[in-house]
Amino acid sequence: MSLGPYATFILTSYLLVMAVVLILIGWITIDYHRQRRHLRELEAGGAVRRSGRSATDMK
Amino acid sequence: MTLIDLANPTRFLTLATRLLPWLAAATAILLAIGLYQSAMAPDDYQQGATVKIMFIHVPNAWLSMFVWGVMSLAALGTLVWRHPLADVAAKAAAPIGAAFTFLALVTGSLWGRPMWGTYWEWDARLTSVLILFLMYLGLIALWRAVEDPSRAARAAAILTLVGAINLPIIKFSVDWWNTLHQPASVMRMGGSSLDRAFLIPLLVMAVAFSLLFLTLHLAAMRNEILRRRVRALQLIQVAQASQRSA
Repeated sequence: MSLGPYATFILTSYLLVMAVVLILIGWITIDYHRQRRHLRELEAGGAVRRSGRSATDMK
Repeated sequence: MTLIDLANPTRFLTLATRLLPWLAAATAILLAIGLYQSAMAPDDYQQGATVKIMFIHVPNAWLSMFVWGVMSLAALGTLVWRHPLADVAAKAAAPIGAAFTFLALVTGSLWGRPMWGTYWEWDARLTSVLILFLMYLGLIALWRAVEDPSRAARAAAILTLVGAINLPIIKFSVDWWNTLHQPASVMRMGGSSLDRAFLIPLLVMAVAFSLLFLTLHLAAMRNEILRRRVRALQLIQVAQASQRSA
């Protein structure tokens, strides 16, 4: 596979898309773990939901 | 589980948690197939190898508009039906839509420099997509600026619906005005004008990116529901502390 004289433009496009998608995945994953940690800390501090169920309950 | 059951955030969390690994796996497999097909696609007789940029530019451009469409439906859900997940869906979609729009603009520029001789031209298609990107950023800023979530939801929903006017302008800009951007070649009357050698990788990548959006959106919605639970528990904690001190 030869990309010809415009290889820089093609490779930059694909690398940029890959980088942005990886940043999105990383940001969403980190955010998920951060929210769950906040919820665990709040519940450990005695805060309880009105329903009485755990805030990290996903079932 | 019926559709109305999904109005319950806990049920939604259960479903999202079950679906996410499968969606992520399907996205990864389809992206791998799409990337392989893109790499193996022949050079275009006019564009040469730069046609490969189309396989990522076009799906991002489609999704930049599709995500705003999803947010517009969610905005109706917020304003008309007051669906508890509507604002969650819109707020979670905005950064993902902004990222797709950014990628559509930049990959378009990187294709434009060798093909048009310029990175940017203030023509109707490029300018209207830039406006879409700025509207995404404005919406994200609005959600961050207004502290009360219900007020932020209503304001963002109105802004989203006003911004939806831009979608037909983007779509038909190449027909209404004399633009540097080429007219539609896939979704047009009379069928696609693309050869199968380019159409198949393009459609595979479009489905792969759509699945990517669905996966990221469900995960971001799950985060947003948890963030709202954090806020609710913080308020309960403050109320308990003030009761004890009274």
